Amino acid sequence: MQVQNTVVESKTATTPATVYIKKWLGFLIKYGSLIIGALVAIIPVLVVFIGSFKSRDEFMKSGVLALPKHFTFENYVTAFVDGQMLTGFKNTIFIFVVSIIGKLLLGTMIAYVLNRFDFKLKKGIMALFLIATLIPAITTQVATFQIVNGLGLFNKIWSIIVLNLGTDVISVYIFLQYLEGISVSLDEAAILEGASYFQIYRKIILPLLKAPMITVLIISGVGIYNDFYNPFLYMPDPALKVISTALFAFKGPYGTNWPVILAGVIIVILPILIVFLVLQKYIYNGVSGSVK
Amino acid sequence: MNKLNLSYKAQRRLIIILFSAIPVFLLLLFSYVPLVKMLQYSFTNWDGISPKKNYVGFENYIKVFTTPEYFSVFKVSLYYFVATFVQLAIALYFATILSFKVKLANLWKGILFFPYLLNGVAIGFIFLYFYKGGGTLDTVLNFLGLKSQIHLWLGDRSINNISMAFTSVWRYMGFNFIIFLGAIQSIDPQIYEAAEIDGANKWQQFKYIILPSIKQIVFLNIILGVSGSLSVFDIPYIMTGGSNGTTTFVIQTVDTAFKYSKLGLASAMAVILLIIVLAVTLIQRLLTRERERV
Repeated sequence: MQVQNTVVESKTATTPATVYIKKWLGFLIKYGSLIIGALVAIIPVLVVFIGSFKSRDEFMKSGVLALPKHFTFENYVTAFVDGQMLTGFKNTIFIFVVSIIGKLLLGTMIAYVLNRFDFKLKKGIMALFLIATLIPAITTQVATFQIVNGLGLFNKIWSIIVLNLGTDVISVYIFLQYLEGISVSLDEAAILEGASYFQIYRKIILPLLKAPMITVLIISGVGIYNDFYNPFLYMPDPALKVISTALFAFKGPYGTNWPVILAGVIIVILPILIVFLVLQKYIYNGVSGSVK
Repeated sequence: MNKLNLSYKAQRRLIIILFSAIPVFLLLLFSYVPLVKMLQYSFTNWDGISPKKNYVGFENYIKVFTTPEYFSVFKVSLYYFVATFVQLAIALYFATILSFKVKLANLWKGILFFPYLLNGVAIGFIFLYFYKGGGTLDTVLNFLGLKSQIHLWLGDRSINNISMAFTSVWRYMGFNFIIFLGAIQSIDPQIYEAAEIDGANKWQQFKYIILPSIKQIVFLNIILGVSGSLSVFDIPYIMTGGSNGTTTFVIQTVDTAFKYSKLGLASAMAVILLIIVLAVTLIQRLLTRERERV
Protein backbone atom coordinates (compact mmCIF):
# COMPACT_ATOMS: atom_id res chain seq x y z
CA MET A 1 0.00 0.00 0.00
CA GLN A 2 1.17 3.49 -0.80
CA VAL A 3 -0.82 4.93 2.04
CA GLN A 4 1.79 4.53 4.74
CA ASN A 5 4.50 6.81 3.39
CA THR A 6 2.27 9.77 2.75
CA VAL A 7 0.49 9.64 6.04
CA VAL A 8 3.24 9.50 8.59
CA GLU A 9 4.33 13.10 8.02
CA SER A 10 0.94 14.67 8.54
CA LYS A 11 0.52 12.75 11.78
CA THR A 12 3.51 14.35 13.44
CA ALA A 13 2.25 17.87 12.74
CA THR A 14 -1.02 17.60 14.66
CA THR A 15 -1.60 18.80 18.19
CA PRO A 16 -4.57 17.83 20.39
CA ALA A 17 -6.31 21.16 19.73
CA THR A 18 -6.19 20.87 15.96
CA VAL A 19 -7.32 17.27 16.19
CA TYR A 20 -10.30 18.42 18.20
CA ILE A 21 -11.18 21.18 15.72
CA LYS A 22 -10.74 18.86 12.78
CA LYS A 23 -13.04 16.31 14.35
CA TRP A 24 -15.74 18.91 14.90
CA LEU A 25 -15.35 20.28 11.44
CA GLY A 26 -15.62 16.78 9.97
CA PHE A 27 -18.73 16.14 12.02
CA LEU A 28 -20.24 19.42 10.85
CA ILE A 29 -19.50 18.84 7.19
CA LYS A 30 -20.71 15.25 7.32
CA TYR A 31 -24.06 15.84 8.98
CA GLY A 32 -24.50 19.28 7.45
CA SER A 33 -24.24 17.90 3.94
CA LEU A 34 -26.48 14.95 4.77
CA ILE A 35 -29.13 17.29 6.10
CA ILE A 36 -28.91 19.53 3.05
CA GLY A 37 -29.07 16.52 0.74
CA ALA A 38 -32.06 15.13 2.58
CA LEU A 39 -33.85 18.49 2.52
CA VAL A 40 -33.30 18.84 -1.22
CA ALA A 41 -34.68 15.36 -1.71
CA ILE A 42 -37.68 15.83 0.58
CA ILE A 43 -38.86 19.43 0.24
CA PRO A 44 -40.11 19.24 -3.37
CA VAL A 45 -42.27 16.24 -2.43
CA LEU A 46 -43.26 17.54 0.98
CA VAL A 47 -44.73 20.77 -0.39
CA VAL A 48 -46.78 18.71 -2.83
CA PHE A 49 -48.10 16.70 0.09
CA ILE A 50 -48.96 19.86 2.02
CA GLY A 51 -50.65 21.51 -0.93
CA SER A 52 -52.76 18.48 -1.73
CA PHE A 53 -54.81 18.96 1.46
CA LYS A 54 -55.69 22.59 0.85
CA SER A 55 -58.95 23.80 -0.61
CA ARG A 56 -58.56 25.75 -3.82
CA ASP A 57 -59.39 28.93 -1.97
CA GLU A 58 -56.87 28.41 0.76
CA PHE A 59 -54.29 27.30 -1.80
CA MET A 60 -54.53 30.63 -3.63
CA LYS A 61 -54.14 32.65 -0.45
CA SER A 62 -51.43 30.74 1.43
CA GLY A 63 -47.77 30.14 0.73
CA VAL A 64 -46.52 26.76 -0.45
CA LEU A 65 -44.83 25.98 2.84
CA ALA A 66 -47.78 26.99 5.02
CA LEU A 67 -49.58 24.03 6.55
CA PRO A 68 -53.27 23.70 5.64
CA LYS A 69 -55.61 25.23 8.21
CA HIS A 70 -58.55 23.13 7.13
CA PHE A 71 -57.67 19.67 5.94
CA THR A 72 -59.71 18.58 2.97
CA PHE A 73 -59.68 15.28 1.13
CA GLU A 74 -61.79 16.72 -1.63
CA ASN A 75 -58.82 16.98 -4.00
CA TYR A 76 -58.12 13.31 -3.57
CA VAL A 77 -61.70 12.42 -4.37
CA THR A 78 -61.68 14.65 -7.45
CA ALA A 79 -58.32 13.33 -8.62
CA PHE A 80 -59.28 9.72 -8.08
CA VAL A 81 -62.80 9.81 -9.50
CA ASP A 82 -62.73 12.50 -12.19
CA GLY A 83 -59.10 11.81 -13.00
CA GLN A 84 -59.92 8.18 -13.80
CA MET A 85 -57.14 6.98 -11.58
CA LEU A 86 -59.04 3.82 -10.78
CA THR A 87 -58.91 2.90 -14.47
CA GLY A 88 -55.22 3.75 -14.35
CA PHE A 89 -54.54 1.47 -11.41
CA LYS A 90 -56.58 -1.36 -12.91
CA ASN A 91 -54.71 -1.23 -16.20
CA THR A 92 -51.33 -0.79 -14.57
CA ILE A 93 -51.92 -3.77 -12.29
CA PHE A 94 -53.04 -5.94 -15.21
CA ILE A 95 -50.00 -4.98 -17.28
CA PHE A 96 -47.77 -5.44 -14.25
CA VAL A 97 -48.98 -8.93 -13.35
CA VAL A 98 -49.03 -10.35 -16.87
CA SER A 99 -45.70 -8.78 -17.85
CA ILE A 100 -43.91 -9.93 -14.72
CA ILE A 101 -45.17 -13.51 -14.96
CA GLY A 102 -44.21 -13.54 -18.62
CA LYS A 103 -40.78 -12.07 -17.98
CA LEU A 104 -40.00 -14.52 -15.21
CA LEU A 105 -41.14 -17.52 -17.24
CA LEU A 106 -39.58 -16.59 -20.57
CA GLY A 107 -36.41 -15.29 -18.93
CA THR A 108 -35.78 -18.40 -16.85
CA MET A 109 -36.67 -20.69 -19.76
CA ILE A 110 -34.25 -19.17 -22.24
CA ALA A 111 -31.57 -18.84 -19.57
CA TYR A 112 -31.98 -22.51 -18.63
CA VAL A 113 -31.63 -23.64 -22.23
CA LEU A 114 -28.69 -21.35 -22.97
CA ASN A 115 -26.84 -22.24 -19.81
CA ARG A 116 -27.41 -26.00 -19.62
CA PHE A 117 -27.37 -27.20 -23.22
CA ASP A 118 -24.96 -27.00 -26.10
CA PHE A 119 -26.52 -26.69 -29.52
CA LYS A 120 -25.79 -25.32 -32.93
CA LEU A 121 -27.53 -21.98 -32.68
CA LYS A 122 -26.52 -21.30 -29.10
CA LYS A 123 -23.67 -18.95 -29.85
CA GLY A 124 -25.78 -17.06 -32.35
CA ILE A 125 -28.64 -16.62 -29.88
CA MET A 126 -26.24 -15.50 -27.16
CA ALA A 127 -24.81 -12.91 -29.52
CA LEU A 128 -28.30 -11.68 -30.42
CA PHE A 129 -29.08 -11.07 -26.75
CA LEU A 130 -25.71 -9.44 -26.14
CA ILE A 131 -25.95 -7.04 -29.05
CA ALA A 132 -29.53 -6.17 -28.16
CA THR A 133 -28.33 -4.73 -24.83
CA LEU A 134 -26.42 -2.13 -26.80
CA ILE A 135 -29.47 -0.80 -28.64
CA PRO A 136 -31.40 1.68 -26.50
CA ALA A 137 -35.10 1.00 -27.11
CA ILE A 138 -35.89 4.70 -27.32
CA THR A 139 -33.79 5.08 -30.47
CA THR A 140 -35.69 2.45 -32.45
CA GLN A 141 -39.11 3.55 -31.22
CA VAL A 142 -39.97 5.15 -34.55
CA ALA A 143 -39.88 1.77 -36.30
CA THR A 144 -41.19 -0.25 -33.35
CA PHE A 145 -44.37 1.76 -33.61
CA GLN A 146 -44.90 0.51 -37.15
CA ILE A 147 -44.49 -3.09 -36.02
CA VAL A 148 -46.89 -2.79 -33.12
CA ASN A 149 -49.32 -1.09 -35.44
CA GLY A 150 -48.81 -3.79 -38.06
CA LEU A 151 -49.63 -6.48 -35.51
CA GLY A 152 -52.96 -4.73 -34.93
CA LEU A 153 -51.99 -4.01 -31.33
CA PHE A 154 -52.22 -0.22 -31.48
CA ASN A 155 -54.61 0.97 -28.78
CA LYS A 156 -54.70 -2.49 -27.19
CA ILE A 157 -53.41 -3.24 -23.72
CA TRP A 158 -51.40 -6.16 -25.12
CA SER A 159 -49.15 -3.78 -27.03
CA ILE A 160 -47.44 -2.75 -23.80
CA ILE A 161 -47.28 -6.28 -22.47
CA VAL A 162 -45.73 -7.64 -25.64
CA LEU A 163 -43.24 -4.77 -25.67
CA ASN A 164 -42.35 -5.38 -22.03
CA LEU A 165 -41.63 -9.00 -22.84
CA GLY A 166 -39.88 -8.42 -26.12
CA THR A 167 -37.47 -5.71 -25.07
CA ASP A 168 -36.35 -7.21 -21.80
CA VAL A 169 -32.80 -8.41 -22.23
CA ILE A 170 -31.48 -7.50 -18.80
CA SER A 171 -33.47 -10.13 -16.94
CA VAL A 172 -32.20 -12.85 -19.27
CA TYR A 173 -28.72 -11.69 -18.32
CA ILE A 174 -29.44 -11.71 -14.62
CA PHE A 175 -30.76 -15.29 -14.83
CA LEU A 176 -27.86 -16.45 -16.99
CA GLN A 177 -25.34 -15.02 -14.58
CA TYR A 178 -27.00 -16.64 -11.61
CA LEU A 179 -27.28 -20.02 -13.33
CA GLU A 180 -23.52 -20.06 -13.87
CA GLY A 181 -23.18 -20.37 -10.12
CA ILE A 182 -25.58 -23.31 -9.80
CA SER A 183 -23.72 -26.57 -10.13
CA VAL A 184 -24.72 -28.93 -12.95
CA SER A 185 -24.25 -31.86 -10.59
CA LEU A 186 -27.75 -31.21 -9.26
CA ASP A 187 -29.16 -31.73 -12.75
CA GLU A 188 -27.06 -34.83 -13.24
CA ALA A 189 -28.24 -36.36 -9.99
CA ALA A 190 -31.82 -35.75 -11.01
CA ILE A 191 -31.23 -37.35 -14.39
CA LEU A 192 -29.87 -40.47 -12.67
CA GLU A 193 -33.16 -40.65 -10.84
CA GLY A 194 -34.99 -40.46 -14.14
CA ALA A 195 -36.19 -36.87 -14.09
CA SER A 196 -37.00 -35.29 -17.44
CA TYR A 197 -35.38 -32.01 -18.49
CA PHE A 198 -38.67 -30.29 -17.95
CA GLN A 199 -38.87 -31.65 -14.43
CA ILE A 200 -35.35 -30.41 -13.78
CA TYR A 201 -36.36 -26.91 -14.88
CA ARG A 202 -39.54 -27.01 -12.86
CA LYS A 203 -38.28 -28.71 -9.68
CA ILE A 204 -34.63 -27.69 -9.47
CA ILE A 205 -33.85 -24.63 -11.56
CA LEU A 206 -36.95 -22.53 -10.87
CA PRO A 207 -36.80 -22.82 -7.07
CA LEU A 208 -33.08 -22.04 -7.11
CA LEU A 209 -33.64 -18.91 -9.16
CA LYS A 210 -35.76 -17.26 -6.48
CA ALA A 211 -33.17 -14.59 -5.63
CA PRO A 212 -32.63 -13.30 -9.19
CA MET A 213 -36.40 -13.52 -9.73
CA ILE A 214 -36.89 -11.04 -6.91
CA THR A 215 -34.28 -8.79 -8.52
CA VAL A 216 -36.10 -8.93 -11.86
CA LEU A 217 -39.46 -8.43 -10.15
CA ILE A 218 -38.22 -5.25 -8.52
CA ILE A 219 -36.38 -3.65 -11.42
CA SER A 220 -39.05 -4.51 -13.96
CA GLY A 221 -41.83 -3.79 -11.51
CA VAL A 222 -40.63 -0.24 -10.86
CA GLY A 223 -40.04 0.19 -14.58
CA ILE A 224 -43.54 -0.94 -15.53
CA TYR A 225 -45.25 1.11 -12.83
CA ASN A 226 -43.37 4.22 -13.87
CA ASP A 227 -43.48 3.69 -17.64
CA PHE A 228 -44.93 6.73 -19.33
CA TYR A 229 -43.56 6.70 -22.83
CA ASN A 230 -44.92 3.40 -24.13
CA PRO A 231 -48.49 3.71 -22.84
CA PHE A 232 -48.55 7.33 -24.00
CA LEU A 233 -47.51 6.36 -27.50
CA TYR A 234 -49.35 3.07 -27.96
CA MET A 235 -52.55 3.46 -25.95
CA PRO A 236 -54.17 6.87 -26.43
CA ASP A 237 -57.60 5.34 -25.75
CA PRO A 238 -58.87 6.91 -22.48
CA ALA A 239 -60.16 3.52 -21.33
CA LEU A 240 -56.60 2.22 -21.49
CA LYS A 241 -55.06 4.84 -19.27
CA VAL A 242 -52.33 3.58 -16.99
CA ILE A 243 -51.27 5.38 -13.88
CA SER A 244 -48.69 7.57 -15.65
CA THR A 245 -50.89 8.60 -18.54
CA ALA A 246 -53.86 9.18 -16.21
CA LEU A 247 -51.72 11.61 -14.25
CA PHE A 248 -50.33 13.21 -17.40
CA ALA A 249 -53.88 13.89 -18.57
CA PHE A 250 -54.28 16.22 -15.56
CA LYS A 251 -52.21 18.74 -17.46
CA GLY A 252 -55.11 19.85 -19.60
CA PRO A 253 -58.35 20.13 -17.62
CA TYR A 254 -56.72 20.81 -14.24
CA GLY A 255 -54.09 23.10 -15.72
CA THR A 256 -54.60 25.69 -13.04
CA ASN A 257 -56.23 23.57 -10.38
CA TRP A 258 -53.03 22.76 -8.54
CA PRO A 259 -54.50 21.12 -5.42
CA VAL A 260 -56.12 18.39 -7.54
CA ILE A 261 -52.92 17.82 -9.52
CA LEU A 262 -50.93 17.61 -6.29
CA ALA A 263 -53.37 15.07 -4.88
CA GLY A 264 -52.97 13.04 -8.08
CA VAL A 265 -49.19 13.11 -7.66
CA ILE A 266 -49.45 11.85 -4.10
CA ILE A 267 -51.86 9.08 -5.17
CA VAL A 268 -49.32 7.93 -7.74
CA ILE A 269 -46.29 7.94 -5.47
CA LEU A 270 -47.94 6.51 -2.35
CA PRO A 271 -47.93 2.85 -3.50
CA ILE A 272 -44.26 3.09 -4.45
CA LEU A 273 -43.43 4.64 -1.07
CA ILE A 274 -45.18 1.79 0.74
CA VAL A 275 -43.46 -0.85 -1.38
CA PHE A 276 -40.13 0.87 -0.78
CA LEU A 277 -40.57 0.95 3.00
CA VAL A 278 -41.49 -2.73 3.08
CA LEU A 279 -38.96 -4.08 0.58
CA GLN A 280 -36.06 -1.64 1.08
CA LYS A 281 -33.36 -4.26 1.31
CA TYR A 282 -34.47 -6.15 -1.77
CA ILE A 283 -34.79 -2.95 -3.75
CA TYR A 284 -31.23 -1.86 -2.99
CA ASN A 285 -29.93 -5.29 -3.95
CA GLY A 286 -32.07 -5.33 -7.07
CA VAL A 287 -30.81 -1.97 -8.26
CA SER A 288 -27.17 -2.81 -7.68
CA GLY A 289 -27.73 -6.25 -9.21
CA SER A 290 -28.98 -4.70 -12.44
CA VAL A 291 -25.63 -3.19 -13.45
CA LYS A 292 -23.24 -6.00 -12.55
CA MET B 1 -39.36 -42.35 -14.94
CA ASN B 2 -40.46 -39.72 -17.31
CA LYS B 3 -43.99 -40.12 -18.40
CA LEU B 4 -43.60 -39.39 -22.07
CA ASN B 5 -40.87 -41.95 -22.34
CA LEU B 6 -38.88 -39.78 -24.69
CA SER B 7 -35.21 -40.44 -25.01
CA TYR B 8 -33.04 -37.72 -23.52
CA LYS B 9 -31.88 -36.81 -26.98
CA ALA B 10 -35.41 -36.17 -28.20
CA GLN B 11 -36.27 -34.41 -24.96
CA ARG B 12 -33.28 -32.17 -25.32
CA ARG B 13 -34.34 -31.13 -28.77
CA LEU B 14 -37.88 -30.51 -27.68
CA ILE B 15 -36.97 -28.40 -24.67
CA ILE B 16 -34.45 -26.32 -26.59
CA ILE B 17 -37.03 -25.49 -29.23
CA LEU B 18 -39.91 -25.00 -26.81
CA PHE B 19 -38.00 -22.85 -24.37
CA SER B 20 -36.19 -20.63 -26.82
CA ALA B 21 -38.78 -20.14 -29.57
CA ILE B 22 -40.86 -17.39 -27.95
CA PRO B 23 -38.03 -15.37 -26.35
CA VAL B 24 -35.97 -15.44 -29.53
CA PHE B 25 -38.97 -14.58 -31.68
CA LEU B 26 -39.84 -11.61 -29.46
CA LEU B 27 -36.23 -10.47 -29.39
CA LEU B 28 -36.03 -10.50 -33.17
CA LEU B 29 -39.40 -8.85 -33.60
CA PHE B 30 -38.86 -5.98 -31.18
CA SER B 31 -35.12 -5.40 -31.25
CA TYR B 32 -33.82 -6.39 -34.66
CA VAL B 33 -36.72 -5.92 -37.05
CA PRO B 34 -37.18 -2.30 -35.87
CA LEU B 35 -33.48 -1.72 -36.37
CA VAL B 36 -33.56 -2.93 -39.97
CA LYS B 37 -36.83 -1.14 -40.71
CA MET B 38 -35.52 2.08 -39.25
CA LEU B 39 -32.46 1.93 -41.46
CA GLN B 40 -34.70 1.36 -44.47
CA TYR B 41 -37.08 4.19 -43.58
CA SER B 42 -34.18 6.58 -43.10
CA PHE B 43 -33.50 6.48 -46.82
CA THR B 44 -37.09 7.25 -47.78
CA ASN B 45 -39.48 10.17 -47.49
CA TRP B 46 -42.23 8.03 -45.97
CA ASP B 47 -44.88 9.81 -43.88
CA GLY B 48 -45.75 6.70 -41.88
CA ILE B 49 -49.24 6.24 -43.32
CA SER B 50 -49.38 6.31 -47.09
CA PRO B 51 -48.50 3.11 -48.94
CA LYS B 52 -45.92 4.98 -50.99
CA LYS B 53 -42.29 5.17 -49.91
CA ASN B 54 -39.85 6.98 -52.19
CA TYR B 55 -36.18 6.26 -51.95
CA VAL B 56 -34.34 9.53 -51.37
CA GLY B 57 -30.81 8.37 -50.65
CA PHE B 58 -28.93 10.31 -47.98
CA GLU B 59 -31.19 13.33 -48.24
CA ASN B 60 -32.61 12.89 -44.72
CA TYR B 61 -29.17 12.61 -43.18
CA ILE B 62 -27.95 15.68 -45.02
CA LYS B 63 -31.01 17.56 -43.83
CA VAL B 64 -30.39 16.68 -40.19
CA PHE B 65 -26.79 17.87 -40.32
CA THR B 66 -27.37 21.00 -42.39
CA THR B 67 -30.59 22.33 -40.87
CA PRO B 68 -29.67 24.15 -37.65
CA GLU B 69 -33.20 23.61 -36.37
CA TYR B 70 -32.60 19.86 -36.26
CA PHE B 71 -29.00 19.71 -35.23
CA SER B 72 -28.91 22.51 -32.66
CA VAL B 73 -30.92 20.42 -30.20
CA PHE B 74 -27.72 18.55 -29.46
CA LYS B 75 -26.68 21.69 -27.60
CA VAL B 76 -29.42 20.96 -25.10
CA SER B 77 -27.77 17.59 -24.43
CA LEU B 78 -24.71 19.48 -23.19
CA TYR B 79 -26.65 20.68 -20.15
CA TYR B 80 -27.55 17.12 -19.23
CA PHE B 81 -24.05 15.97 -20.06
CA VAL B 82 -22.52 18.43 -17.58
CA ALA B 83 -25.25 17.57 -15.08
CA THR B 84 -24.24 13.91 -15.30
CA PHE B 85 -20.87 14.73 -13.77
CA VAL B 86 -22.41 16.83 -11.03
CA GLN B 87 -24.78 13.96 -10.35
CA LEU B 88 -21.97 11.40 -10.16
CA ALA B 89 -19.88 13.64 -7.91
CA ILE B 90 -22.77 14.09 -5.47
CA ALA B 91 -23.54 10.37 -5.58
CA LEU B 92 -19.93 9.46 -4.91
CA TYR B 93 -19.70 11.97 -2.08
CA PHE B 94 -22.75 10.64 -0.26
CA ALA B 95 -21.82 7.02 -0.94
CA THR B 96 -18.40 7.62 0.61
CA ILE B 97 -19.80 9.41 3.65
CA LEU B 98 -22.36 6.70 4.26
CA SER B 99 -19.86 3.90 3.90
CA PHE B 100 -18.18 5.15 7.08
CA LYS B 101 -19.86 5.14 10.46
CA VAL B 102 -22.83 7.51 10.40
CA LYS B 103 -25.80 7.82 12.71
CA LEU B 104 -29.17 6.99 11.11
CA ALA B 105 -27.33 5.60 8.07
CA ASN B 106 -30.39 3.75 6.76
CA LEU B 107 -32.59 6.81 7.01
CA TRP B 108 -30.18 8.98 4.99
CA LYS B 109 -29.72 6.21 2.48
CA GLY B 110 -33.46 5.80 2.00
CA ILE B 111 -34.13 9.53 1.63
CA LEU B 112 -31.33 10.06 -0.87
CA PHE B 113 -32.36 7.04 -2.94
CA PHE B 114 -36.13 7.37 -2.94
CA PRO B 115 -36.52 9.96 -5.72
CA TYR B 116 -35.16 7.41 -8.17
CA LEU B 117 -38.22 5.21 -7.66
CA LEU B 118 -40.73 7.95 -8.41
CA ASN B 119 -42.92 8.04 -11.48
CA GLY B 120 -41.56 10.37 -14.18
CA VAL B 121 -44.89 12.13 -14.68
CA ALA B 122 -45.18 12.68 -10.93
CA ILE B 123 -41.65 14.14 -10.92
CA GLY B 124 -42.63 16.39 -13.81
CA PHE B 125 -45.52 17.83 -11.82
CA ILE B 126 -43.52 18.00 -8.59
CA PHE B 127 -40.98 20.19 -10.36
CA LEU B 128 -43.51 22.25 -12.27
CA TYR B 129 -44.84 23.10 -8.83
CA PHE B 130 -41.32 23.58 -7.53
CA TYR B 131 -40.34 26.07 -10.25
CA LYS B 132 -43.62 27.88 -10.83
CA GLY B 133 -43.88 31.56 -10.03
CA GLY B 134 -44.41 31.87 -6.27
CA GLY B 135 -43.71 28.14 -6.02
CA THR B 136 -41.40 26.22 -3.75
CA LEU B 137 -38.09 27.50 -5.05
CA ASP B 138 -39.20 31.14 -5.04
CA THR B 139 -40.50 30.75 -1.50
CA VAL B 140 -37.26 29.19 -0.29
CA LEU B 141 -35.18 31.89 -1.99
CA ASN B 142 -37.35 34.57 -0.43
CA PHE B 143 -36.90 32.95 2.93
CA LEU B 144 -33.12 32.95 2.48
CA GLY B 145 -33.16 36.61 1.47
CA LEU B 146 -32.22 35.87 -2.13
CA LYS B 147 -35.27 37.43 -3.72
CA SER B 148 -33.14 39.06 -6.41
CA GLN B 149 -32.15 35.63 -7.69
CA ILE B 150 -35.69 34.66 -8.66
CA HIS B 151 -36.14 33.81 -12.33
CA LEU B 152 -38.78 32.44 -14.61
CA TRP B 153 -37.22 29.06 -14.05
CA LEU B 154 -38.91 27.29 -16.93
CA GLY B 155 -39.49 30.22 -19.28
CA ASP B 156 -36.21 32.10 -19.22
CA ARG B 157 -34.07 30.59 -21.97
CA SER B 158 -30.85 31.39 -20.16
CA ILE B 159 -31.75 29.15 -17.26
CA ASN B 160 -34.57 26.74 -18.11
CA ASN B 161 -32.32 23.95 -19.33
CA ILE B 162 -30.39 24.19 -16.09
CA SER B 163 -33.67 23.84 -14.19
CA MET B 164 -34.43 20.73 -16.24
CA ALA B 165 -30.96 19.31 -15.75
CA PHE B 166 -31.29 19.86 -12.00
CA THR B 167 -34.56 17.90 -12.05
CA SER B 168 -32.75 15.11 -13.81
CA VAL B 169 -29.97 15.12 -11.21
CA TRP B 170 -32.59 15.06 -8.45
CA ARG B 171 -34.24 12.08 -10.07
CA TYR B 172 -31.27 9.90 -10.95
CA MET B 173 -28.65 10.69 -8.32
CA GLY B 174 -30.03 7.98 -6.01
CA PHE B 175 -29.37 5.32 -8.60
CA ASN B 176 -25.65 6.11 -8.92
CA PHE B 177 -25.48 6.57 -5.16
CA ILE B 178 -26.75 3.06 -4.45
CA ILE B 179 -24.46 1.53 -7.06
CA PHE B 180 -21.44 3.34 -5.62
CA LEU B 181 -22.42 2.51 -2.06
CA GLY B 182 -22.69 -1.17 -2.94
CA ALA B 183 -19.29 -1.10 -4.60
CA ILE B 184 -17.62 0.71 -1.71
CA GLN B 185 -19.17 -1.61 0.85
CA SER B 186 -17.74 -4.62 -0.91
CA ILE B 187 -14.22 -3.40 -0.08
CA ASP B 188 -12.69 -5.45 2.70
CA PRO B 189 -13.07 -3.39 5.91
CA GLN B 190 -9.71 -4.65 7.15
CA ILE B 191 -8.02 -2.45 4.58
CA TYR B 192 -9.49 0.66 6.23
CA GLU B 193 -8.54 -0.61 9.64
CA ALA B 194 -4.97 -1.13 8.53
CA ALA B 195 -4.91 2.33 6.96
CA GLU B 196 -6.34 3.90 10.08
CA ILE B 197 -3.70 2.29 12.24
CA ASP B 198 -1.15 3.79 9.88
CA GLY B 199 -2.77 7.17 10.48
CA ALA B 200 -4.50 7.69 7.13
CA ASN B 201 -7.26 10.29 7.31
CA LYS B 202 -10.61 9.96 5.61
CA TRP B 203 -9.56 11.86 2.49
CA GLN B 204 -6.50 9.66 2.09
CA GLN B 205 -8.62 6.55 2.59
CA PHE B 206 -10.91 7.82 -0.14
CA LYS B 207 -8.13 8.66 -2.54
CA TYR B 208 -5.94 5.61 -2.06
CA ILE B 209 -8.41 2.86 -1.12
CA ILE B 210 -11.95 3.67 -2.23
CA LEU B 211 -11.37 5.40 -5.55
CA PRO B 212 -8.99 2.82 -7.02
CA SER B 213 -11.25 -0.09 -6.06
CA ILE B 214 -14.40 1.36 -7.62
CA LYS B 215 -12.81 2.90 -10.71
CA GLN B 216 -14.56 0.46 -13.03
CA ILE B 217 -17.99 1.17 -11.60
CA VAL B 218 -17.43 4.93 -11.77
CA PHE B 219 -16.40 4.59 -15.37
CA LEU B 220 -19.43 2.49 -16.23
CA ASN B 221 -21.68 5.08 -14.61
CA ILE B 222 -20.08 7.88 -16.60
CA ILE B 223 -20.85 6.04 -19.82
CA LEU B 224 -24.40 5.26 -18.74
CA GLY B 225 -24.76 8.94 -17.92
CA VAL B 226 -23.41 10.09 -21.26
CA SER B 227 -25.75 7.92 -23.29
CA GLY B 228 -28.52 8.88 -20.88
CA SER B 229 -27.88 12.58 -21.47
CA LEU B 230 -28.24 12.04 -25.20
CA SER B 231 -31.58 10.27 -24.86
CA VAL B 232 -33.36 12.53 -22.36
CA PHE B 233 -37.06 12.49 -23.01
CA ASP B 234 -39.70 12.41 -20.33
CA ILE B 235 -38.73 15.20 -17.94
CA PRO B 236 -38.66 18.02 -20.53
CA TYR B 237 -41.54 16.46 -22.48
CA ILE B 238 -43.78 16.39 -19.43
CA MET B 239 -42.68 19.73 -17.99
CA THR B 240 -42.47 22.04 -20.97
CA GLY B 241 -43.33 19.89 -23.97
CA GLY B 242 -40.00 21.04 -25.34
CA SER B 243 -40.98 24.70 -25.59
CA ASN B 244 -38.63 27.67 -25.12
CA GLY B 245 -35.57 25.84 -26.34
CA THR B 246 -35.84 22.82 -24.05
CA THR B 247 -36.38 20.33 -26.88
CA THR B 248 -34.02 17.37 -26.69
CA PHE B 249 -33.00 15.19 -29.58
CA VAL B 250 -35.44 12.43 -28.65
CA ILE B 251 -38.36 14.85 -28.28
CA GLN B 252 -37.43 16.26 -31.67
CA THR B 253 -37.35 12.78 -33.19
CA VAL B 254 -40.69 11.76 -31.69
CA ASP B 255 -42.33 14.99 -32.81
CA THR B 256 -40.89 14.70 -36.30
CA ALA B 257 -42.22 11.16 -36.59
CA PHE B 258 -45.62 11.37 -34.99
CA LYS B 259 -46.59 15.04 -34.97
CA TYR B 260 -45.22 16.10 -38.33
CA SER B 261 -45.46 12.66 -39.99
CA LYS B 262 -41.94 12.76 -41.36
CA LEU B 263 -41.08 9.20 -40.56
CA GLY B 264 -38.17 8.98 -42.97
CA LEU B 265 -36.50 12.03 -41.50
CA ALA B 266 -37.20 10.92 -37.93
CA SER B 267 -35.66 7.53 -38.71
CA ALA B 268 -32.50 9.21 -39.94
CA MET B 269 -32.36 11.18 -36.68
CA ALA B 270 -32.84 8.01 -34.67
CA VAL B 271 -30.09 6.25 -36.62
CA ILE B 272 -27.71 9.13 -35.89
CA LEU B 273 -28.55 8.96 -32.19
CA LEU B 274 -28.10 5.19 -32.20
CA ILE B 275 -24.70 5.47 -33.84
CA ILE B 276 -23.53 7.99 -31.25
CA VAL B 277 -24.78 5.89 -28.34
CA LEU B 278 -23.22 2.76 -29.82
CA ALA B 279 -19.92 4.53 -30.31
CA VAL B 280 -19.86 5.70 -26.70
CA THR B 281 -20.74 2.22 -25.44
CA LEU B 282 -18.15 0.50 -27.59
CA ILE B 283 -15.44 2.89 -26.46
CA GLN B 284 -16.34 2.05 -22.89
CA ARG B 285 -16.26 -1.70 -23.52
CA LEU B 286 -12.90 -1.45 -25.25
CA LEU B 287 -11.39 0.72 -22.55
CA THR B 288 -12.58 -1.53 -19.73
CA ARG B 289 -11.32 -4.60 -21.53
CA GLU B 290 -7.93 -3.03 -21.94
CA ARG B 291 -7.79 -2.13 -18.30
CA GLU B 292 -8.70 -5.62 -17.26
CA ARG B 293 -5.81 -6.95 -19.24
CA VAL B 294 -3.26 -4.73 -17.53
